Amino acid sequence: MNTGLVLPQIWKEIRRSRSITICGGILVFVAVLAVMGPLMSPHSYLTTDFDGRLIAPTLSNFHIFGTDDLGRDLFVRTLMGGQITLLVAVIASIVSLVIGVAYGAVAGYVGGHIDAIMMRAVDALYALPFIFLVILLMVVFERNFLLIFVAIGAINWLDMARIVRGQTISLKQREFVDAAKLIGVPAWRIIFRHITPNLLGVVIVYVTLTIPQAILVESFLSFLGLGVQEPQTSLGALVNGGVSHMEQAPWMLLIPAVLLAVVLLCFNFLGDGLRDFFDPRQEAK
Amino acid sequence: MSLLEISGLSISYPGSAAVLDRLSFAIERGESLGLVGESGSGKTQTALAIMGLLPTNARATGGVVFDGKELLGRSERTLNLYRTRHMGIVFQDPMSALNPYVRIGDQLNRILLEHGLAGDDEADSRSLEMLRLVGLPDVERQFRSYPHQLSGGMRQRVMIAAALIGKPDLLIADEPTTALDVTVQAQILGLLRGLRHDLNTALLLITHDLGVVAGNCERMIVLKDGKLVEEGMTPEIFAEPVHPVTRAMLAAARRSDFLTRSQERTPNDQKPVLEIESLAVSYAVPGERRSRKRLSAVRQLGITIAPGETVALVGESGAGKTSLARAIVGLLPVQRGKMVLLGKPLTGRVESRSNALRRDVQMVFQDPAGSLNPAMRVDDIIAEPLTVHEPDKIKADKQEIVAAMLRRVGLDDALKKRFPHELSGGQAQRVAIARALVLKPKILICDEAVAALDGSIRQDILELLRAEQQQSGLSLLFITHDLTTVRQISHRVLVMYLGRLCELADTESLFMRPKHPYTKALLDAVPIADPAVGIIVSSDLGEAPSMLQPPSGCAFHPRCPYSILRCSDDLPELQDFNKSSAACHRAAELAL
Repeated sequence: MNTGLVLPQIWKEIRRSRSITICGGILVFVAVLAVMGPLMSPHSYLTTDFDGRLIAPTLSNFHIFGTDDLGRDLFVRTLMGGQITLLVAVIASIVSLVIGVAYGAVAGYVGGHIDAIMMRAVDALYALPFIFLVILLMVVFERNFLLIFVAIGAINWLDMARIVRGQTISLKQREFVDAAKLIGVPAWRIIFRHITPNLLGVVIVYVTLTIPQAILVESFLSFLGLGVQEPQTSLGALVNGGVSHMEQAPWMLLIPAVLLAVVLLCFNFLGDGLRDFFDPRQEAK
Repeated sequence: MSLLEISGLSISYPGSAAVLDRLSFAIERGESLGLVGESGSGKTQTALAIMGLLPTNARATGGVVFDGKELLGRSERTLNLYRTRHMGIVFQDPMSALNPYVRIGDQLNRILLEHGLAGDDEADSRSLEMLRLVGLPDVERQFRSYPHQLSGGMRQRVMIAAALIGKPDLLIADEPTTALDVTVQAQILGLLRGLRHDLNTALLLITHDLGVVAGNCERMIVLKDGKLVEEGMTPEIFAEPVHPVTRAMLAAARRSDFLTRSQERTPNDQKPVLEIESLAVSYAVPGERRSRKRLSAVRQLGITIAPGETVALVGESGAGKTSLARAIVGLLPVQRGKMVLLGKPLTGRVESRSNALRRDVQMVFQDPAGSLNPAMRVDDIIAEPLTVHEPDKIKADKQEIVAAMLRRVGLDDALKKRFPHELSGGQAQRVAIARALVLKPKILICDEAVAALDGSIRQDILELLRAEQQQSGLSLLFITHDLTTVRQISHRVLVMYLGRLCELADTESLFMRPKHPYTKALLDAVPIADPAVGIIVSSDLGEAPSMLQPPSGCAFHPRCPYSILRCSDDLPELQDFNKSSAACHRAAELAL
């Protein structure tokens, strides 16, 4: 198989891979549940109920996942947290996809001094201590939901740009790029019409592998208290809350932790599956 | 009892038709058998089955009996007792068969040690002896070299040494010379003949080239789609081929014998399409950027190409053929000299040329799959040149234009929605030709455009190019290392050696009366598809010198059997003869 697989074909082949189908299915299910679940529950994620604090999971009154220390329904809060976590993942990966691919493809294709300058800029950004940067951002601006996306995306696109640049450099030496130049195709069109579509395989794989990273970073920030702010929540924030009530109410920790683990595992397996799928050595399957 | 007896061997892979269908043949001790067929006929699968190297998902049934013992389905350990000691194999691409991180000597030593053929103390001397036997020059130094430091021909010699080091009874050579230049091919084939004679090894020679079989195999079998279609003594099959496949292959191999285009030459007094004068192209040598050392790929080269004319450009790999082509189209910068296209100067890199200039010079590349964007459909590929040059026109009649182009290059309209990987090599090359022709160029440069294709498909593509030329008066610059192709397509031939022009001649006079000793050497090296002719034992040219340090004077003098003292000092000027010109001091006096 060559590096340039194309979407319809990928789709047909992909469904033959079990890890991709199962993990993809679970993720879609989680996403749908996270969006629909809170609508179906009679509870709201911010209504507190001081008479119903730390209720263990029960069917009565629809507290299927129990309640937290403020009496808020954990089912709704966990799914809300899931929403935020998935949203972070999606936005971070879109940011890294758009900026990273464009930046890397341009640097790799143009080459020479421009490439050198562009990549040194990436190196410089890499050198910034990320957590320190986030804390600084949180202090300078007020704690803001959007800032997390910005921060995570700003880190992820660096890796993407490096990978895309490397691939572009090898692609631009292929004969079809020479052929395009001879025909008279302008540089921008070569980049977007000839190079980028052929990066797809690598990019898809890399995106699925950065998503769990983004989720972990968000969870980590929320766990430190730097992430999503109450009454908004994310899986990381819920785990943080659960830790402090671990002994009286283990479900507060376990349920979001398990969901987080499932989501992370699925993304990782999905990435692995896709990586195997795009691996040239898989040709003889 | 035969040395190797294959009976009813079938091989299939899950989800596809059988690649080999009940194949039966035998090889006697010391015999040489040619296994001939086009790509996909199951030749290599047969070799892999004999060596026990089939992929794990292959299903093989039947019998592979070596010296009375069944090999099919045996364990790796049992098979290893046979490999090296009883059977050796040489693959097509020596670079991928050698471990790039291990020195040549150690690769051979490992084989000896692994198979218990020699102890630590004698391994070195045994390996050296073997390398000497296969004629590796400067053995002591090469013994310590890595594979990438050797030329293709030397690597193939190392592979042969590795295959023969255990003194096997059977040597399998799978297209051993396909990746090599004709001159090197002749050397390697000569080496195999000599070794076979000295070591009394049986040889299974797998090839698509009937010329190779004619001079090297006593008996031959022909495969087609995994089935054996013809078997017999080589001279008899060549004299009276029975199966249509064999006949077609023979006809293709011999077509050169009666087809020359010199006669149908168009009057040459028209204004030339392309004029090149004392062109020089050079590269910065990788890793030597600081010292500004440059490699001269093309030096002092001049040529004119008339409308409707085909000029073939031949020479060994590294002669600068591709550099010249890339300089003309503007993919490589020109150092000195000038190029003129229809009266307008052709300068600068392709990005800086005007659209009008660009569309007049188009190119078809060697690897048809590699030159088509894998993510674009056939119709978009063919239409793309016009979306750049004539966007309004293509918006309006894309469908009609694509359909017309597909018809013109002999492709079915149904292919237009396919992706390149869904096309065969020949179809892909037709698409590449359509893409080049849609701009109505004045000159089309074909860089080894048919080298990757099988015999009959190669003929079809050449036919297409010729028809196209007759219709539109297109000029062709046809780069190739295959002299048979040259004979079929070209009016004139330009022979290059180490970046310089050696000989420029009408095709017919070049083949009949070569003026330059290098041309003569190239011609002699081509295997002839006729067992009766036997082998022309050409003088062993040895390895081509490095482009980085070309020899003084005439660059060919160290390899030239006719060289005199003057050749090593003076650079020969191009001398004109009747219908040809050659850069050789002795061109006038030699009768080659």
